[in-house]
This record gives sequence, C-alpha cells and structure tokens, in this order.
Amino acid sequence: MQPPPASDTVVEARGLTKRYRGGQLAVDGLDLAVPRGSVFGFLGPNGSGKTTTIRMLLGLIEPGGGSARLLGEPMPDAARRVLPRVGALIEGPAPYGFLSGRDNLLRLDAADPTADPRTRAARVGEALERVGLTAAARKKARAYSLGMKQRLGLAAALLRPRELLVLDEPTNGLDPQGMREIRSLVRELAGDGTTVFLSSHLLDEIEQVCTHAAVMARGRLLTQGPVAELAAGARGRLAVTTPDTADAARVLKEYGVTAPTVVGDRVTGELPPSDPPDPAEVNAALVRAGVRVRAFGTERASLEDAFVALTGEGFDVAG
Amino acid sequence: MSRAELPQDERTGRMGHQGHPGHSGLPRRPEREAEGGEPAPDRDGEPDEARRRPSPLWTLGLFRSELTVTFRRWRTLALLAVLAAVPLLVGIAVKVETGDGGPAGDGGGGGEGPAFIGQVTNNGLFLVFTALAATLPFFLPMAVGVVAGDSVAGEASAGTLRYLLVAPAGRTRLLLAKFTAILAFCLAATLTVAVSALAVGALLFPLGEVILLSGTTVPLADGMLRALAIAVAVAASLVGLAALGLFVSTLTNSGIAAMATTVGLLITVQILGAIPQLDAIHPYLFPHQWMSFADLLRDPVHWDDLLDNLRLQGLYAAVFGSAAWARFTGRDITV
Repeated sequence: MQPPPASDTVVEARGLTKRYRGGQLAVDGLDLAVPRGSVFGFLGPNGSGKTTTIRMLLGLIEPGGGSARLLGEPMPDAARRVLPRVGALIEGPAPYGFLSGRDNLLRLDAADPTADPRTRAARVGEALERVGLTAAARKKARAYSLGMKQRLGLAAALLRPRELLVLDEPTNGLDPQGMREIRSLVRELAGDGTTVFLSSHLLDEIEQVCTHAAVMARGRLLTQGPVAELAAGARGRLAVTTPDTADAARVLKEYGVTAPTVVGDRVTGELPPSDPPDPAEVNAALVRAGVRVRAFGTERASLEDAFVALTGEGFDVAG
Repeated sequence: MSRAELPQDERTGRMGHQGHPGHSGLPRRPEREAEGGEPAPDRDGEPDEARRRPSPLWTLGLFRSELTVTFRRWRTLALLAVLAAVPLLVGIAVKVETGDGGPAGDGGGGGEGPAFIGQVTNNGLFLVFTALAATLPFFLPMAVGVVAGDSVAGEASAGTLRYLLVAPAGRTRLLLAKFTAILAFCLAATLTVAVSALAVGALLFPLGEVILLSGTTVPLADGMLRALAIAVAVAASLVGLAALGLFVSTLTNSGIAAMATTVGLLITVQILGAIPQLDAIHPYLFPHQWMSFADLLRDPVHWDDLLDNLRLQGLYAAVFGSAAWARFTGRDITV
C-alpha cells in the first residue's frame, strides 16, 4: 500500500523500537501510518507488542529507537500540545474506586490544562450520557461492573471532541449488547471525522468496524492496509457438511480445492487462487459421487484467514 | 449566526469550550483539512476568542483536584482521626491520673512522659504542646510517610497514573501537584492534633495565662498565637520527610512498598539519631532539630535551632525533590 502524505497521517511510526530491561525486544522497527479519518484496527496476539507501541505513541514510555509522531508532532516531546486532542483507553479502565463516576471524569478533565473549567460539568455530563452511564454517575466507581468501568474509560476519552481516539480493547468485559453499542459509537465517532485507532483481539470486530488494519506479531509489523485488501490477500474457502466426509474430501481435491480438512461432519478447503471451480459444478460432482450433502457453501476470505496465512498460526497463539 | 449553525470545520479547531463532545446524532464528515494546530478563525468575536485560548489559571485545576482527592480518601481521614484521638487519650490520662487535683507526674519534673505534660493540669493550652511533642517523633511523620509514599506509586499501581499522564497532566506539573497536596496534608495533620488538643484541653482543664519556659508570663491570646506558630513549625519539620517519601514513591509501582519503605526509613533515621556514637551524622538527619519548636515558648524566641531546622528541611526538599523530578520525568510508565 502506498503510504499517504504526512499531513493526512495522524499516527506515524518510523522504525519504532523498544527493548525492555531484560533484553527482550518488545517492538522491533515498527513502521506504522494511520490515515486521517480511518478506523484503524491494530491486531496481534497477546505479547506481540501492541500495548508497548500504544504506550510509546502516547508518550508513556520512551522509544528505544526510531520516532513516533501523533497528529504530525513528535512524541513524547509534543505531548502537552498533542494529547488534549487525543482520547485514549489504555489496557483497560482504571478509575478511582472511592470516587463516583462523575468525580472520576471531573478529575481527569481537571488534569488537562487546556480544558475549560467553566464547561467542565456540562462536558462530563454529556460524556456520561453518551456512554449510557448517567444513571450510575453518582455511584462510587468501585461498585461498577467491568463493563461499566469500560464505559467510564470511554467517557473519559470523549470528554472533549478529539481528532484521534486510541482505544485499546474497548469491548473487553462488555456483554454482547454493550459490544454492539460500543461498535456503533465507534462508527458514529468515525462518521464525525474522528480517526479511531483500535486494538482488539477480536478479528470479526475489526472486520466489522475497521476500514484499515495492521497486523503485529513478535514485535514486528506483518502487514498494514485497507481491510478489504488484506482479506483479499487470503483465499476463499469451500465448506461442505456431510456424513460422507472421506468421499467429499476426495471430490473436492479433484476440483483443485487444496488441503481439505475434516472437522466432525464438515469438510472445508481453500479454493485455488486462479481459475477457481464453479461451486455449482462441485456440488453436482459431490451428488454424482453419492455424497449426501447437508449444507454447501463458499466462505469469503476473512481477516482471520489472512492472519493465519501471514503468521502460519492461529490468532490466539501468543508469539 | 448562532454557534449551532457554524459548519463543523469552524468548530473543531479548539473545541474545549463547546461542551459538546462531538454531535453524535448526525453522521457528518468534516471538510476540514489537516490542521496545523492553529485555532480556526472565529467570527463570533472577542468573547469566543477568549474562550478558545486556555487560561494559565486552568493549570491550577489539577492542584485543586489533587487536594480534593487526597482529603477524600478514606485512608487520609482515618489517619487524621487517629491523630485527633492522641490528644484526647493524653488529656483523659492526665485527668484520671490527677483526679484529686494535684499536678501530674510529681510536680512535672519526673522526667516521665512527653514534654510539658506536667503543666497541662494548670493550663489546658499546654495539652497542645504536649500532644505535638508526643506525636512528632512517630505518629505525625508516619502519617506523612503513608500519604507521601503512596502519592505517585499508589496512582501507578491503581493504573490511574497513565490516564492522568495522557490527559495530559504533564509530569512536572503532576509531581508539583502531588508535593503540594503532601505539604497540605502535613499542615492539616499538625493542625488536627493542635485543634483537637486545644478542644480537649479547654474541656478538661482550665485555660489561662501561660508561663513560658523562660519564666515570663504572657496572656492567653499570646499563648494561642505561639501555639499556632508551633503547629506551623511542626508542619514545616515534616517537609524533609515529605520530599523523601515523594522520591521513594517515584521509584516503584507499588503503593504499599513505597509507604513501607518511607516509614521504614523514618524508623531507621530515628534509631540512628538515638545512638550517641553516631554524633557526627546527627546534624544531617531530618529529625535532628524537630524538638526546636519548644524554643517558640521562650521570651525572646530562641531562633537558632528553629532556623537550623528550616534550613535542613529545605535542603532535604531540594535534594529529594530534584531526585523525584529526575526519576519521574525520565521514567517509563508500564502499568
């Protein structure tokens, strides 16, 4: 993918490197470019260096090498100029348990020297409203469930209109309804023109929400680009559900479907990249061979396929 | 043209004043180009222009927030409650001991118990001096050690530190706010002891003219002023430990470890100060001149040791304050 011009890049990392004291390389020469207005998914197994990268981008830790720029300005030097325009949720929420949700937000807003104290109460109220915490605003945060804490963290990121939101696993701890709400909130914010940098271990979530994605493993960037292009890099799959799995696998192989695998009564295989067979033909052949087909279909290549193709391993395996 | 009708691109340059974190209802793409950090031109005139630019006073918000948070913690209130209970216990003990109206401790010269305790039955105001003399060696500094040790490390272990820093609080500013809050706690703790002692003293014993250490008698009002000055002097005695605790607090991500280390250092220093063979290092230990506050009860006031104490506390504040700053501004926040 062609890197966009610098002014349209809200997050830019060049050769970003961090080595921890033990000598372990957490992030290794990372080049990252997040275009303005995108919803950028940041993917990688646990321990791949995502959070370390986010911490370097936000100026919490000093890069060991390379450079990071946020909204066009160097980090961590320009932190005080840049960070008021950035909202962040880093490695889970961390409210003061002895303060109410509202007081937590008042404190974080007071910590920003560029936030107007005269509009503070109103902005806090709106942020709480936006994440659906108004009813619990006066409850002590220690009484919040993880999902409510997560919402409170999001509210803190939304205290002011931001140009960039950095959200580290924003749906962690939320029930399905809460996840859906957060996803629609992210889409809404992106619709307002906010760039969203979203790290997640949920591939389908990235696929549903993100326009762009980057994949990290073992501290290195494997790929980045528009989600559609990444998924297109992986091949589509053909899936057959049948009691006659052995026969089905044989027929699929004859039609050029590679590496058919059998799980239970389901046979899946990758369609060949060039000149794939017509699924109708394959189905007819299956029936001719006496295979009793319960279900038959092609599956579009998912980001997960792309990920497996890139790393050669399942997503949940730590690097 | 009302504000609400302004197109999006004119409202996004500096949006802190708006009170509307984005308008979620309508999906809306701004035509705004990448901006160079300059506020967009404003057609609303002066008042809005003024609202766009952050006032230098806004930076004080963090200091106020820090004070509020410090004094709203249950732990802070518990420490103050314990400190307030000490004069009550001392007062009741003296009252019970001298129930027949005689002076406590064999006419006050027995050498037992804290300084001034023999005078308490004659004048309740002396309970203030007694209580401060009783709490200064350990109770007061322990409370300060807990609050100072937890100040940065506690935020780190709770994870709130990273959110303050991306707010962005600014590391130097946050450290200054923390130190300010610790100093405020030093004063609050000392005043808690003094006020509690004054109340208990007034309740259980007569108040009246004060006989100073130098033998002169001054009116009660003068005595009260001296009591206030003594409370301030005691609070100032705690500054060195406060800076030391703040430094320890920047070294670790565990609030408990920082508190324990600070209190441990206090005990160690107190022990070192009690060993006569280590005379040579005594002038450099922060509690060395702690009891100099009694010199405020002389007429004229004996300033030498008092100023010595202030200089020593200032030196500790400078050394450990700088060390805390150097450590905190260069540190990776990994929790």
